Amino acid sequence: MQRSDYLIRKVFFALATLVVVIVFNFFLFRILPGDPIKAIVRSPRLTREAKERLRVDFGLDKPVFLDAEQLREGDVVGAFDSQFTAYVRALLRGNLGISFRSRRDVSEVLAERVWRTVVLVAGAETLALVFGMALGLVAAWRRGTRLEMTILLCALFSWGLPNFFLGIILLILARGHLPVGGMVIPGLKPEAGWTYWADVGKHLILPTITMTIVYTSSYVLIMRSSVVEVLSEDYILTAKAKGLNTFQILRDHALKNAMLPMVTMVALNLGYTVGGAIQVETVFSRPGIGRLMYDAVMKRDYPVLQGTFLLLAVSVIAANLLADIVYSVLDPRVKAE
Amino acid sequence: MAILEVRNLSVNYLTDNGTALHAVEGVGFSLEQGSSLGLVGESGCGKTTAMLGVLRLLPAEGRIVSGEVWYEGMDLLRLSERGMGEYRWTKMAIVFQGAMNALNPVRRVGDQIAEAIMLHGVATGKKAASKRVGELLEMVGMTAEMAGRYPHQYSGGMRQRAMIAMALACSPDILIADEPTTALDVMIQAQILDLLQHLQKELELSVILVTHDLGVVAEICDDVLVMYGGKTAEYAGVDVIYNDPLHPYTQRLMQAFPDIDNPTSSLASIPGYPPPLDALPAGCRFEPRCHCKSGICAVESPPLVAVKPGHYVACHEVKG
Amino acid sequence: MEQFKHIWRTFRHRPMGMLGGLMLFSVVFVAIFAPWLAPYDPKERIDVEPGDLLAPPDSEHLLGRDDAGKDVLSQLIYGARVSLTVGFVASLMSMFIGTSVGLVAGYFGGRIGNALMRLVDFLLVIPDLPLMLVFITMWGRGLWKIILVIGLLGWTSTARLVRSQVLSIKERQFILRARAIGAGGLRIIARHIFPQVLPLILADAVLSISGAIIAESSLSFLGLGDPMLVSWGMMLNFAFERAISRRAWWFLLPPGFAIVWVSVGLIMMGNTLEEIVNPRLKTHHLFDPRHMVALIAGVRPEGQAEGGVE
Repeated sequence: MQRSDYLIRKVFFALATLVVVIVFNFFLFRILPGDPIKAIVRSPRLTREAKERLRVDFGLDKPVFLDAEQLREGDVVGAFDSQFTAYVRALLRGNLGISFRSRRDVSEVLAERVWRTVVLVAGAETLALVFGMALGLVAAWRRGTRLEMTILLCALFSWGLPNFFLGIILLILARGHLPVGGMVIPGLKPEAGWTYWADVGKHLILPTITMTIVYTSSYVLIMRSSVVEVLSEDYILTAKAKGLNTFQILRDHALKNAMLPMVTMVALNLGYTVGGAIQVETVFSRPGIGRLMYDAVMKRDYPVLQGTFLLLAVSVIAANLLADIVYSVLDPRVKAE
Repeated sequence: MAILEVRNLSVNYLTDNGTALHAVEGVGFSLEQGSSLGLVGESGCGKTTAMLGVLRLLPAEGRIVSGEVWYEGMDLLRLSERGMGEYRWTKMAIVFQGAMNALNPVRRVGDQIAEAIMLHGVATGKKAASKRVGELLEMVGMTAEMAGRYPHQYSGGMRQRAMIAMALACSPDILIADEPTTALDVMIQAQILDLLQHLQKELELSVILVTHDLGVVAEICDDVLVMYGGKTAEYAGVDVIYNDPLHPYTQRLMQAFPDIDNPTSSLASIPGYPPPLDALPAGCRFEPRCHCKSGICAVESPPLVAVKPGHYVACHEVKG
Repeated sequence: MEQFKHIWRTFRHRPMGMLGGLMLFSVVFVAIFAPWLAPYDPKERIDVEPGDLLAPPDSEHLLGRDDAGKDVLSQLIYGARVSLTVGFVASLMSMFIGTSVGLVAGYFGGRIGNALMRLVDFLLVIPDLPLMLVFITMWGRGLWKIILVIGLLGWTSTARLVRSQVLSIKERQFILRARAIGAGGLRIIARHIFPQVLPLILADAVLSISGAIIAESSLSFLGLGDPMLVSWGMMLNFAFERAISRRAWWFLLPPGFAIVWVSVGLIMMGNTLEEIVNPRLKTHHLFDPRHMVALIAGVRPEGQAEGGVE
């Protein structure tokens, strides 16, 4: 009963954020200098049909948000017949515009590339969580020892490594031993079965290691402080008094309590994770969403930029909501605030 | 017949710069089977530390530097850690102060009690353990179905009862209750005390009750040990302590305690503060606040002597 | 004032913090004295021959030359200025916004507080780097634009931190007394709450600077840095595109190491400051119990390790 209150509140917030992001995304590209949408119409790269389609889909001949004249005339529905509503309508249909560069539908490009990034990010986050929690736990358990100091120093050091530079270093080191660019050897198709997937895997190794190292650092630090706090709580002394040994205490009492802040941390970090993916995909030339955004920036491909940003924002919102749900399941104390 | 005999227990706390704080010095008592001992003193006088020392559950900085804890012919302080593990909870159990945090908030109460049961083989298998958990909860005045709830769903008094149930899980001989009624309102306090008394009789428990509340002690204790500044001030039967206190500190404590037979007499308070552990006086620790001291008090620490049979006092001004 | 003296006194004895401070100081020194330290002026036009491009280190160019024939070492030295400027100014901005929001949200609470925290939650959910990319792409490149973009997105964690501190201080005696006398909200915040929060902000600020420096280098690496200036991130951008195939390590590695040097220095300082200002417990309940029974000499408990008093 209390938990559903909490969840409803979180879902509501996620939806509200989503709405704000959509509005924000729309205005961002209309208001900033160099009105990119008008640039579409003038762009020589698009065919006439494409331009016409865009004009209709996105109502480029209509007012941006509101038609004041029609409103004064009392025509409310007509007043809102604007670029903004056209945009929202298109959005709901999954239409994100057409890429300047490739002349393909943005949504098509995104759909093609999204899984490549998801695999990378999901893999790296999972590994980072596992290593981060393990190392953080050990560091906290062995508080005051040299082991803790070593783990701490390594974590602080890798926290200061920019994603892209670590990628460059690994790229240099692994040159010749591991593939350093692209997603798969050109020409190799999924039909090749295991050979294909093994190669995809090989190409994933370096980017994943890069992201894992950087993200493990923050998880180690959080887990360490979380576990130290948990291990000082009275209920740990109770467990000791009852006769549980160190391993049992860590497993049955400390772990669950210490993990709660981690869930929140993962959610908070997702914004950064996405940024890391952009850097790593650029360094390793992986054709994912991150790389797409970089290319779009370089080539001033505004529709792609806008669409990618929206996708990334939505993903992070969704992931945060998921983290909130997981948290409410793990913590029996969750109440409506 | 004494079930537990503690002699000359001293506990230090090591500080960051290496100095040792003498938190408990030379404390000893004898707990008779089936009786209850009240361990009384101001906050910080070392009573909790002494009990943690007996059970060897001190924090990382704690060091037991002297003493003997005799139980069933064994000096528990001489045992290895594993050996001690055989006695802890199964023979002697403790109910910690502040049940608020002493229970793990993300696990069900029943599971936490069952943990003790299964660990020490009191019952094997989840079903048998659950049954025992239910019995224990009922024994402390709750229903068996409360086992499925979480600590935050319990009230303060209920949490205290749950802690007592957990302590009794392995049917120990000795129960140490550390401030079981602090932070509870008066009605609940009375209930918990009644419960303790009832359990003591039913289960033939020997109880050590640590508290700063003299009213509690008067109600259910047979013997009283008054501690001050880490040392024993006075140690005698409860009637003696209340009617014939000999140590100046005990006397003042009694005066500070409202007397129902004399409701209009003014309450006395003891001026000053207990001595800080890093700046203990050279002589008697109570000397700075004492109302009847003499020259020797500031110089030499008084030994604990039996001024009468069964009545021990540590004061230069009190002769046997 | 007194608490800062105390912080400094404690900080002095922490090797990790002091080392971090030294690392930072060295970079600050280099940045300030760049014109005197750098052998060449990176802005100066020079005549180059094809052999000069990506030339390896020699006696005249200690770190070799870049893809345009310019001296790498000089660029590295001047690059410190950009990184530190962006780092300090953007961080200052974030700190200011974050602290103000945190103070107001924490002290006044209610609808304003909730609204502000919703704003914080909203910003936290938006991914940082993509948003920065979008802004710079639309707005154009430039030093101040980068500083603004980083500063405007980086205040959220500070706001949360400050707010939770204020919430816990708010109910303390001295605040209640001040209110009883009739002191107004802003006065209380300024005179009583802010000084208490300041040490925490200090630790957070140091860490925030490192974050800003890394953010700037990421933006520059991705090609969105100020084209008029030399920054370490931009050097890496050029190096990555042009030097990597030619194995010109002297161009590729130093800027990256410089970034790591300054941010790790700041992180070590910040971490140490945080531990001083917000000390965490040194021990917990899981330790080796064998030392507990350190009995009088001569009476050694059986089966126990050498249990002497430390």
